[in-house]
Amino acid sequence: MAGSDGPGETGKTGTGKAFPHSAENLELDRRLRQLDRKLAEQRKKQQTRERPARSSNASGYAAAVRLSSEFVAGIIVGAGIGWIIDRFAGTSPWGLIVFLLLGFCAGVLNILRSSGMMPERKLSGKPDDAKKDGQ
Amino acid sequence: MAADKVDPIHQFHIHTLVPIHIGGYDFSFTNYALFMVIVVVIAGGGLYWACVSRSVVPGRAQSVAEILYEFSASMLRDSAGAEGMRFFPFILTLFMFTLVANLIGMFPYFPTVTSQIVVTVALALLVFFMVLIAGLMRHGLHFFKLFVPSGIPIVVLPLVVAIEIISFLTRPVSHSVRLFANMLAGHITIKVFAGFVFSLGTLGALGVAGAILPMIMVIGLTALEILIAALQAYVFAMLACIYINDAIHPGH
Repeated sequence: MAGSDGPGETGKTGTGKAFPHSAENLELDRRLRQLDRKLAEQRKKQQTRERPARSSNASGYAAAVRLSSEFVAGIIVGAGIGWIIDRFAGTSPWGLIVFLLLGFCAGVLNILRSSGMMPERKLSGKPDDAKKDGQ
Repeated sequence: MAADKVDPIHQFHIHTLVPIHIGGYDFSFTNYALFMVIVVVIAGGGLYWACVSRSVVPGRAQSVAEILYEFSASMLRDSAGAEGMRFFPFILTLFMFTLVANLIGMFPYFPTVTSQIVVTVALALLVFFMVLIAGLMRHGLHFFKLFVPSGIPIVVLPLVVAIEIISFLTRPVSHSVRLFANMLAGHITIKVFAGFVFSLGTLGALGVAGAILPMIMVIGLTALEILIAALQAYVFAMLACIYINDAIHPGH
């Protein structure tokens, strides 16, 4: 009985309980722990080996499409807004110039946000906004 | 003859099946409209059929349906919280539509509905306006606090707010372009490499031997495209979840 759940117990409670088999149990325990350690190392290695390979193929391509679409979208929307303002306010070409530049900024902002280089204002800025509401 | 056949853009041609003209506008039922109907029937009918038995121990079809359901439910719950779950029917519908549309496009001769920017823009604008209306209904004008980051000096505040608003308006653009560009680029790439196989194959024995290389490439690309089809459906629904989160919690 003590022998069957010995390895788990001896590790925690020490050798006090399982006196008759203590030497044997300790030996088994030691080996078990060694195997555990080896397994853990192996698993870690496998994980680190798999991850870079996967990220370099599919998700690298996905990241490229994501970032470029974010940037291009910023410029397109900025230019569109500027063009519409020019069309209705007759301020050609200033609306286009100003909003194209602002759109460029928005595109860079989008890229920084979606690549995680900048804390997302809509997420991390939320506590600050809540504070503002409170004040 | 080979040069005429190999046109990578040809697969995206829209042709009318049932011409319908109402008040000078063209409402014709096209091949893409037909496939949208097919996608809806497969997505809706498939899920219904899979769950019709309602056994406690699910069969194969029911397991798949349950996995899809739980996957999109946890996707929404993780990004928008328990409050976001009221949008769950919408997210599940969106995810199933894009997923089935992307995967059906992988069959030869089937048009990919999501490779038409009209379709993806319509979906992205639907998400955009739903977020806007839901946010305004929940928070009123406080929703626009989303554009006013705190801790910015008054001098540059108008500039920052303008940039934030433009950044907000870019969402439907990048949201739709991402799905559209992935589908379009993938299908064109496959078609181009398949075109190489065809043109090399007409060059005689040496050409046939050389055609093996692009053939292998096409097989690899097809596998990659199936991955991207699933991945982009996930990304599209995931982004919708993130935007919904902004509508529910803009202030904190």
